Amino acid sequence: MKPFDYRRASDAAGAAALVAEHPGAAFLGGGTNLVDHMKLGVAAPDMLVDITHLPMDRVEALPEGEGGVSIGANVRNSEAAAHPLVRERYPVLSQALLSGASGQLRNAATTGGNLLQRTRCVYFQDTGTPCNKREPGSGCSALEGYQRYHAVFGASPDCVATHPSDMAVALVALDARVVVTDAAGGERRIPVAELHRLPGEAPEQDTVLSRGDLITAVELPEMPMAARARYRKIRDRASFAFALVSAAVGLELAADGTVADVRIALGGVAHKPWRALLAEEALRGSAATEAGFAAAAEAELSEARPLPGNVFKLELVRAAVTETLGEVAAELRGEGEL
Amino acid sequence: MDADISLTVDGQSHDLRVDTRTTLLDALREHLHITSPKKGCDHGQCGSCTVLLSGRRVVSCLVLAVAAEGAEVTTAAGLGRDGRPHRVQQALVEHDGLQCGYCTPGQVCSAVGVLDEAAAGWPSAVTPPGAGGDGGPALTAAEIRERMSGNLCRCGAYAGIVAAVEEAARPAGEAPAAPAPRGGGR
Repeated sequence: MKPFDYRRASDAAGAAALVAEHPGAAFLGGGTNLVDHMKLGVAAPDMLVDITHLPMDRVEALPEGEGGVSIGANVRNSEAAAHPLVRERYPVLSQALLSGASGQLRNAATTGGNLLQRTRCVYFQDTGTPCNKREPGSGCSALEGYQRYHAVFGASPDCVATHPSDMAVALVALDARVVVTDAAGGERRIPVAELHRLPGEAPEQDTVLSRGDLITAVELPEMPMAARARYRKIRDRASFAFALVSAAVGLELAADGTVADVRIALGGVAHKPWRALLAEEALRGSAATEAGFAAAAEAELSEARPLPGNVFKLELVRAAVTETLGEVAAELRGEGEL
Repeated sequence: MDADISLTVDGQSHDLRVDTRTTLLDALREHLHITSPKKGCDHGQCGSCTVLLSGRRVVSCLVLAVAAEGAEVTTAAGLGRDGRPHRVQQALVEHDGLQCGYCTPGQVCSAVGVLDEAAAGWPSAVTPPGAGGDGGPALTAAEIRERMSGNLCRCGAYAGIVAAVEEAARPAGEAPAAPAPRGGGR
């Protein structure tokens, strides 16, 4: 591991400025991904700015009228998942968090760090192989390699990696936004759906953030369908595995039983948490039936471009979308608990 | 680059100088010669290095020692009281929850963390939404398997580990519902 200077940040703007000034600096949160990648040689910062002592560790209701809940960037994944405000208003977020990693990792990993974790593409993590995300211009080893965990939506010839977060998938379905402090001390908000990028010709850039930009909180807006939204994760083993495909689904039914509003976000299928806009479009105003749900999944899949090694994901997307919509609809109609 | 840090480990305070690259696991084992936490994968995947950091179970291989400055660390070796093992440790012995024992200190710390988390009402991925709010979710075998999934046992003593954690989670004096499963496929 490359030697590095360790700094403990005392304020958010100062931390942002410090990282902005030092091209080799990185923020340190829980470290569960960064420290691992430093051991592997995938990341080699020469300065770590530890932000875990900044006062961004609270889950709280946003002021009256604004509705919703704010989760500080330093709130550990386990704390966010267990918090009563999250469990009551956004159970889909609690489910997504709890389906990720292990108990030990969730106790260390932070809200901000979860969003900024990097892909677990085996080639990205193996410095002995070419990877455009790790070393721009070196090539993509996955194009003719192991593709099981790779993208079926929005990939490019330069990168077919997926974003590994479960939490971020739920956040996209919940219209969440991140609060960002920049090096000049300014603050702005970015929808989580717009935080991560598609790879295009610059797969080394995971997000739209600039050097030094520090996520200080995630804000969840008030959303009527959130209380009954659900997360479904399909993976190779029952626990402690990344998603092959996951779905966060929210549904609002009109009095006549048609779909008044819907949110569908997919994980494990793209370089970013994938908002299934085509499926949502197909569903709004149509009948909330199994056939309707299946048609919505097909609409989304019209955009899918699977690799030879992950064609199976199309069936998993179909199943995850159709079944999770069906479960949420059944619960909304009072047809029994999940 | 070196840093001076202090750690309290199993009730004893230590001052030490470490390279900033040193993990908490290596600080414990190589600097303080506290060898109860084990190095398995060194990448956060096996759980054998699990310790309680300020009361929360974490994998010490992914915590930088310098970031743990001032923290209180409890290892499996520090859980017993007055020469008697912690009830999780006692239950693992009684239920044959180990073979080679290498993963055991991590299993112990993780199980102690599981008991605390459940008592605090924390849900898991197998807790139905909305359930387990008061008094904590019941630690069924399914709950224990899910919550302990960050601890691998290559001897395959899982059946005994689950039985041991079930017993440790049971209020004192309450009898098990059914005979506890024995062995780990040996």
